[in-house]
Amino acid sequence: MNYTLDFTPVIDGLPDLLTACLGTFTLAICGMLLATVIGIGGVVLRQSPIKALRWLVIGFVEIIRNTPFLVQIFFIYFALPLAGIRLDPTPTAIIALGINGGAYAIEIIRGGVQSISKGQMEAGLALGLHKAQVFRLIILKPALRAIYPSLTSQFVLLTLSTSIASAISAYELTSVSQRIESDSFRSFEVYFTVTAFYLVISWVMMRIFAFFSARYFAYPVK
Amino acid sequence: MGRDEFLFLLIGLKWTVALSIVAFICGSIAGLAVALARTCGIAIIERVTAGYIAVFQGTPLLMQLFVVYYGLALIGIKMDAWAAVSVGLTLHASAYLGEIWRGSIEAVPRGQTEAAKALALRYVSRMKEVVLPQAIRISLPATIGFLVQLIKGTSLASIVGFTELTRAGNIISNQIFQPITVFGVVGILYFLMCCPLTIYGAHLERKFATEVR
Repeated sequence: MNYTLDFTPVIDGLPDLLTACLGTFTLAICGMLLATVIGIGGVVLRQSPIKALRWLVIGFVEIIRNTPFLVQIFFIYFALPLAGIRLDPTPTAIIALGINGGAYAIEIIRGGVQSISKGQMEAGLALGLHKAQVFRLIILKPALRAIYPSLTSQFVLLTLSTSIASAISAYELTSVSQRIESDSFRSFEVYFTVTAFYLVISWVMMRIFAFFSARYFAYPVK
Repeated sequence: MGRDEFLFLLIGLKWTVALSIVAFICGSIAGLAVALARTCGIAIIERVTAGYIAVFQGTPLLMQLFVVYYGLALIGIKMDAWAAVSVGLTLHASAYLGEIWRGSIEAVPRGQTEAAKALALRYVSRMKEVVLPQAIRISLPATIGFLVQLIKGTSLASIVGFTELTRAGNIISNQIFQPITVFGVVGILYFLMCCPLTIYGAHLERKFATEVR
């Protein structure tokens, strides 16, 4: 073997790659927001008195959790136009990320809600607080704290799975690196560098999440 | 979608199953080594394995497959897509399983190790007879959860160019122009593989949770 590594195409493509990181962040952040909304909505529906709604949520969660994201993104990519919704690949990817992350968020948030003992609610009501006040002042923070670690590590996974959105050529890091690779044929160099980029991205996200955790949830349990 | 198309999907399914089994078995062997190295008590080895785990948990599986696929070719190892993807998924699995099993090895009460030491058991028998049997039991729900992740992860082999279930779906969908039907069926096939495992994992988790009480 006499292959010499040549990082010139990577260095030339560096501005493109760095801009593409912003694309990845956009996908990740929009995906997280949508996932949170779906997660909260799903938990509310999951508690609803109507049996059909509860089963709908359970079915949704199980279908999403037991099929690959790649198949989901293809399905959504082809299904949306049939439903009369024409979107670019990038918004489609955000919807897919939100739906996928939302299913996991439902399970995580449900666990958090269940972790708060009923006595907390009853005690708040006994003190003459309104139901909304009890929720805002007593329930919310411990519940958030309980779900925070699993929700944020799920969000890091969501960030990593944005790379799969390259399959429908959404604008993000992996699709840009594939373009540079096919222009230069320096496959290993490109993908090795981009892998390092992802490592930095996920590290930064974990630091940010850890910062907020230390800022808001660093009170003793008892 | 006719009978021939469905049979083609089933051939893809066969490769998905084969890939999952190979990656899980090889990944388990390598993962056990990672878990043992991670808990061996020698600081430098623990640091290195922690780094190994962090790299695999901090990068997308798709990138790992790309790097392995092109990296192996670079160092002169000629491999077809099947072998390269197996290696990639094995490494991926070894890091995740290594981390899961590190957690469960550490979850075995310290007294167990101390008692084994007091009985003059050496490292190998201490691990084999005392710690690991308990750790494996603790880790079962998480291990099954990861197996489901791994089965779903094999779908990314399609992007590298290996014809497993998802790529078979792509090919058929390009032929008959019914992407919704095809990917619907592909999704159902994945679901039929993963759902029983998920249910079994949840069952074990509940069982262990009640036993502790």
